[in-house]
Amino acid sequence: MADAALPARAIAPVASKRRRWMRRYGLPTLGALVIVIWIVVAIAAPILSPYLPVTVDVTARLRPPSWRHWLGTDVLGRDVFTRLVYGTRISLTTGVIVVLVGALIGTLVGGIAAYLRGRLEELIMRITDLVLCFPPIILAMAIAAALGIGTTNTIIAMLVVWWPKFARLARSLVLVQRSQEYVEAAVVMGLSPARILLRHIIPNSIGPLIVLVTLDIGNAIITFAGLSFLGLGVIPPTPEWGSMVSEGRELIEQWWVAAFPGLAILTVVLGFNFLGDGIRDWLDPRSRRR
Amino acid sequence: MDAAPPNRSPRTAPAAGSLVLDVRDLQTQFFTDAGIVRAVDGVSFSVSAGETLGIVGESGSGKSVTALSLMRLLDEPSRIVGGEIRFQGRDVLAMDAEELRKLRGEGIAMVFQDPMTSLNPVLRIARQLAETMQAHGRFTREQATSRAISLLGRMGITAPERAINSYPHQFSGGMRQRVMLAMGFSNEPALLIADEPTTALDVTIQAQILGLIAELNRDFGAAIILISHALGVIANVCQRVIVMYAGEVVEEGPTEQVLADPRHPYTWALINAVPRIDRHVPDTRRLVTIEGTPPDPLAMPSGCRFAPRCPFRIAQCDQHPALIEVAPGRKARCWVTQAGEPLPPPATARLAAGPPRAAQPSPAQDVTPPLLSVRGLVKHFALPREGFFGKGRYVHAVDGVDLDVMPGETVGLVGESGCGKSTFARLVARIHEPSAGSIRFAGHEIADASASAIRPLRRRMQMVFQDPYASLNPRMTVADILSEPIRFHGLTKTAGETRERVEELLTAVGLNPKMAIRYPHEFSGGQRQRISIARALALKPDFIIADEPISSLDVNIQAQIINLLIDLQEKFQLTYLFIAHDLAVVRHICDRIVVFYLGKVMEIAPAADLFTASLHPYTRYLISAVPIPDADAERRRTRLPLAGEPPSAVDPPSGCRFRTRCPIAQPICAEVTPPLATHRDGHLAACHFPGQF
Amino acid sequence: MLRYVLSRLGLAIVMALLSTLVIFLIANTVPGDPVLSQLGDLAASNKEFVAEWRAKWGLDLPLWQRYLIFLQQLAHGDLGISISSQRPVLQDIRDFAPATLELASIAFLLSIVVGIPLGILAAVRRDSWIDHTARLISLIGVSSPTFWLAFIMLAVFYGGLQIAPGPGRLDTIALPPHAVTGLYLIDSALAGDWDAFRDAGAHLILPSIVLAAATLGLITRTTRASMLESMQQDYVRVARAKGLREVRIVVGHVLPNALIPVVTLGGLAYANLLTGAVLTETIFSWPGLGRYTFRSAVSLDFPAIMGITLVVAMVYLLINLAIDISYALLDPRVVR
Repeated sequence: MADAALPARAIAPVASKRRRWMRRYGLPTLGALVIVIWIVVAIAAPILSPYLPVTVDVTARLRPPSWRHWLGTDVLGRDVFTRLVYGTRISLTTGVIVVLVGALIGTLVGGIAAYLRGRLEELIMRITDLVLCFPPIILAMAIAAALGIGTTNTIIAMLVVWWPKFARLARSLVLVQRSQEYVEAAVVMGLSPARILLRHIIPNSIGPLIVLVTLDIGNAIITFAGLSFLGLGVIPPTPEWGSMVSEGRELIEQWWVAAFPGLAILTVVLGFNFLGDGIRDWLDPRSRRR
Repeated sequence: MDAAPPNRSPRTAPAAGSLVLDVRDLQTQFFTDAGIVRAVDGVSFSVSAGETLGIVGESGSGKSVTALSLMRLLDEPSRIVGGEIRFQGRDVLAMDAEELRKLRGEGIAMVFQDPMTSLNPVLRIARQLAETMQAHGRFTREQATSRAISLLGRMGITAPERAINSYPHQFSGGMRQRVMLAMGFSNEPALLIADEPTTALDVTIQAQILGLIAELNRDFGAAIILISHALGVIANVCQRVIVMYAGEVVEEGPTEQVLADPRHPYTWALINAVPRIDRHVPDTRRLVTIEGTPPDPLAMPSGCRFAPRCPFRIAQCDQHPALIEVAPGRKARCWVTQAGEPLPPPATARLAAGPPRAAQPSPAQDVTPPLLSVRGLVKHFALPREGFFGKGRYVHAVDGVDLDVMPGETVGLVGESGCGKSTFARLVARIHEPSAGSIRFAGHEIADASASAIRPLRRRMQMVFQDPYASLNPRMTVADILSEPIRFHGLTKTAGETRERVEELLTAVGLNPKMAIRYPHEFSGGQRQRISIARALALKPDFIIADEPISSLDVNIQAQIINLLIDLQEKFQLTYLFIAHDLAVVRHICDRIVVFYLGKVMEIAPAADLFTASLHPYTRYLISAVPIPDADAERRRTRLPLAGEPPSAVDPPSGCRFRTRCPIAQPICAEVTPPLATHRDGHLAACHFPGQF
Repeated sequence: MLRYVLSRLGLAIVMALLSTLVIFLIANTVPGDPVLSQLGDLAASNKEFVAEWRAKWGLDLPLWQRYLIFLQQLAHGDLGISISSQRPVLQDIRDFAPATLELASIAFLLSIVVGIPLGILAAVRRDSWIDHTARLISLIGVSSPTFWLAFIMLAVFYGGLQIAPGPGRLDTIALPPHAVTGLYLIDSALAGDWDAFRDAGAHLILPSIVLAAATLGLITRTTRASMLESMQQDYVRVARAKGLREVRIVVGHVLPNALIPVVTLGGLAYANLLTGAVLTETIFSWPGLGRYTFRSAVSLDFPAIMGITLVVAMVYLLINLAIDISYALLDPRVVR
């Protein structure tokens, strides 16, 4: 903003170093912390949880949160806390797998298309257009339904709809870098295309990809949970956050059954969003004030 | 066309000589994380009614920040922290938001550097012009629109009734700057600030715009502050000039006197570092330079800020000098000239000059084969199709170019932006693939050779790029950047050998070998360009294509780089293909010059011939448009105003490409493409009526 | 302009054809044998029955012929018969679409009307409390799983506080208004039945807030980022130097540029609302396409799933076409 609103010579106090640090790194640090905690939970699930996730106890159905069952029990008397802790494993790994594999495929395809140009690029980009002209959840649902229920099939279905956005981003990034003078300089020096791609283009285009990957993991976790909620993700006794919410969706009185797994999703996704935003600000030269 | 507002009594014009703007001890600072930058540090000056004042200085000198401070247009984190700005007697710094708003656009108007981004892309020109007038309540909407049309006409825009309903993207840069000027003058301000208004424009368009600004100053009586890094531009328009360095005014005085007899060593260096198109001393290819770079704004020297670079430095320079009168009407901030002494003329230039170069063999009588021989070179770029059913269209970037470059020669390539000179360079370097034609380099045909077939030849042909910020990979250290080609081509065997070679290269371009471990962003523009040159030298080439290697650098750094290129040429027997839009620089260092226009060669001539006896009308216009940093010379020369703008390269004119703007065009020029024919020894031109203009 | 629209339209038609091919391929090749997924276990174990079925549906023909037949059926509006409802899929879709359209449109309006001003305010008052609030709202909106948010809203406002009506489009005892458009708000207003109008409106509040949450977050974020980007442009400084008022600079100069990406996003968001309804409608027992989709998915009603996918893809294409055209209207640089 121009200084029109300020009296010209007034010097407002410059924010203290600590406040500036908080403003810039506060939320991203928090996000990273949340993610680390969830990763620890996923690894340490057997140590943290007092019960087994599939232990059915019909005598203890729908108990509210108590000292015995910290987050209550569900309709089959299973401990919600235990299932939640074990569910971390599925939700985190599926989210990370879908995004990483999708990003890898998409980046390779898009990067190669942009680097080689010509007919191949045209063809690849038309295919991405085609996939992108379907709403992602619906297409993933159709494919998952066609493949049959199961975690692996759902991951495959999600991958089909996931890679094109990375292909598009990677292509545009490579196209931008390709016309940079330092890449032209590398061409003039006679370096091989593989070396130019690996040593010059990729290191300089990786930033926005990392941002998208980070932001997208949260997105993938929500989508997988959504598909599970619809019954297209995990096969029933497996503990998974989306299907846990689904099991409790009609139990408004026994809110704990659905509320806590959903809260877990919210925190993980928020964590990835905080972190992704932070990385983006950090990589964006314009937001960096000297 | 009458641009005066209808039905309005003329505003009371301030009496001539009364002060319009009075700036006292202005201080503007940037509050950055690293510390406080004193961007403008105690600047004082004044402008009288109808006067033209130039502010000159290199980037970072504080000239643009001064301009923004005058209208309080600064963005956070920069603030005015002290001083006084009085506009027609009113204190600008004490104004509240509403008073300030009324001042902007009515009392003071401003034209910015980049016309491409200064207009809002989604609004019609009419609205952007009219809202300026309506915002100050002086015109109704209808009045504003009709006045906008007459103003556009006054600014030399053809068919203003139609132009006003266009969007900015339909206009070229020059046209947009005319619109910006129309906007600036629409409320008849008492003061117009133009911040580098022609820097983004080609030299012929620059001449048009500068002519227009001078005319408008006469007709409207507005005082003008013209900010520029180029002394030639200032000399063209301004009566008085201020020279800024490191946030301070270092010299002030009438333009003529300052240029002829500078009293501050920095001004002295600025003037002498610029090669002049109207003056060329044979056998002095090297330019006068001052070493080093401007001081770190976070750690200014306590004494004279120029002292570390000053060739006239004396003991007293440890103390900070004041800006004092050194002659009637002239001020300087220097201990050396304090007593009214002028500075000596640059003798250093001759001393620094190396042995005279061996006379270049003229290509006509030469028996040695050319190093580079280009025949009928063509490059057409496909444009994205206009929609699904659109037909394919092409940009005729390079359209049939023949050129020979002899070993040891320096050939200059000049022309306006979009003429195809950079594309030509990239074709020769085989970054782009030619659409047709032949390129023979050192006896090998490379126009359609595969990448692997060219690879061995790459060692002999290298390139230096324009933008020192884009031409170095930001994620590699200087050592990596320089050693990569060496190792890839197997020029060294051991790591130690490579390291030695890198150190050797850095020393050759005047950098400290210890800097090899740093990343490009830690260097200044001039240093980066040195690294870029070192990389080009890494493979020990004999031919270097330099694509506008100095055009993004400050004057002094330009001179340093030119001298470096000359040194290296003599040391390594290099052949240069030197691309530039600055004719003075090209004249200074080139043996032969090639003039491009719309993808074709208009004229090829030995450097001296081209400037004294050019055959092609376009060449004459180009030369005439170059501003000369000498007010006296500017007044004496007759300017040839080249009207209009280059036509589109998508649909170039038939026959001679220049015919649409040529004053001597005949019907034959539209029908027959004039061949590039030899008219004198080594002097070729593509014109049906060579030398008749 | 006309040429641009025509060329976009041509592209959309090509994409529509290609998307039918994609759906056909998913339906006919991916699960291996479509017979098994369409017949159910009992019927599939009877070999004669399977052969008869194959012949009846032309499954013994080569793939390309089957595709032509599929296209032919499509041209007649035949999307097949739903296994669970035993009715033509197209008819099912026609019955369920208005409820979804009503919900998605209200949610869209909500996210636009709140999201864009919030984004503008956040950008103009950068780093103020408004900015921080907007950021928090948008982040939570984007990060909440829709189905969970729906559950929480119901649990708090219906179950706990009892200030919101329960699931469904109307109270269980109320009769729907005379169907003209299928949109209860419009139908009840047309019939002058203001009780029904209020009832329908009240039932829309919670689901539309839930459905809007993610879109609202996205639109707020994009508007803010795009405003900030536009505010850094040179033409804003020029406008300030002209002496325009701040309000005029923001509304007249920054906004027209900043809205261009928001329109793209808004269009896509509307399309996603239609699909996001799957989760929301399930929880709110909303008798729309979403719940139909959910039930089809759960019961693996293949013809229904494919029919929905196709219809939604067509809607998606239409919306994309609308985005392209509005883009050209907003940004003069698009059409040369």
